Amino acid sequence: MNVDLIFKIAGIGIVVGILHNVLAKIGKEEYAHIATLVGVVIVLTMVINLISKLFDSVKTIFQLY
Amino acid sequence: MEILQIVGIGIIATILAVVLRQQKPEYALQVSIVTGLLIFLFVITKLNYVVQVLSSLAERVDIDFLYFSTILKVIGIAYISEFGAQISRDAGENAIASKIEFGGKILIMVLAIPILTALLDLIIKIIP
Repeated sequence: MNVDLIFKIAGIGIVVGILHNVLAKIGKEEYAHIATLVGVVIVLTMVINLISKLFDSVKTIFQLY
Repeated sequence: MEILQIVGIGIIATILAVVLRQQKPEYALQVSIVTGLLIFLFVITKLNYVVQVLSSLAERVDIDFLYFSTILKVIGIAYISEFGAQISRDAGENAIASKIEFGGKILIMVLAIPILTALLDLIIKIIP
């Protein structure tokens, strides 16, 4: 059971939130939005693996083919 | 004690999600998805054992294998569609959530059709 993925996602979220605030304060709104988007994509790639693992295990256990 | 681990992970993830929701709601959603996945992957080995016992019982009392595998498939579809619908509802997309549930219901109905036809055959056989 790898709980560190939760902490990783929360950490990325906090860092990206701070980055967004800083970039917005110094007047770089477009970079702030790009940073948010990139953060979401990075987290999504980590989550997608886990979702595919879940789907595979449900498929094998409940014999859904 | 596995239950303590599960509850601890749930509480920690809830706190993290509440902290993140103020700033970035999309990360709060991802945290809740990962928490659900982790807890499910944690208990799925035990579920595997239960399913094996049930299938051996079904073999022993000589139930048609079609019925048993249909029940298992229905449970699997129900779980997956419920998971997706709850995630969508968490993010405030009630419309998408109800569409996911609708799709799950339709697929379960399609799976149940062979059992329905078997039941109808039986009734027709009984009625002279």
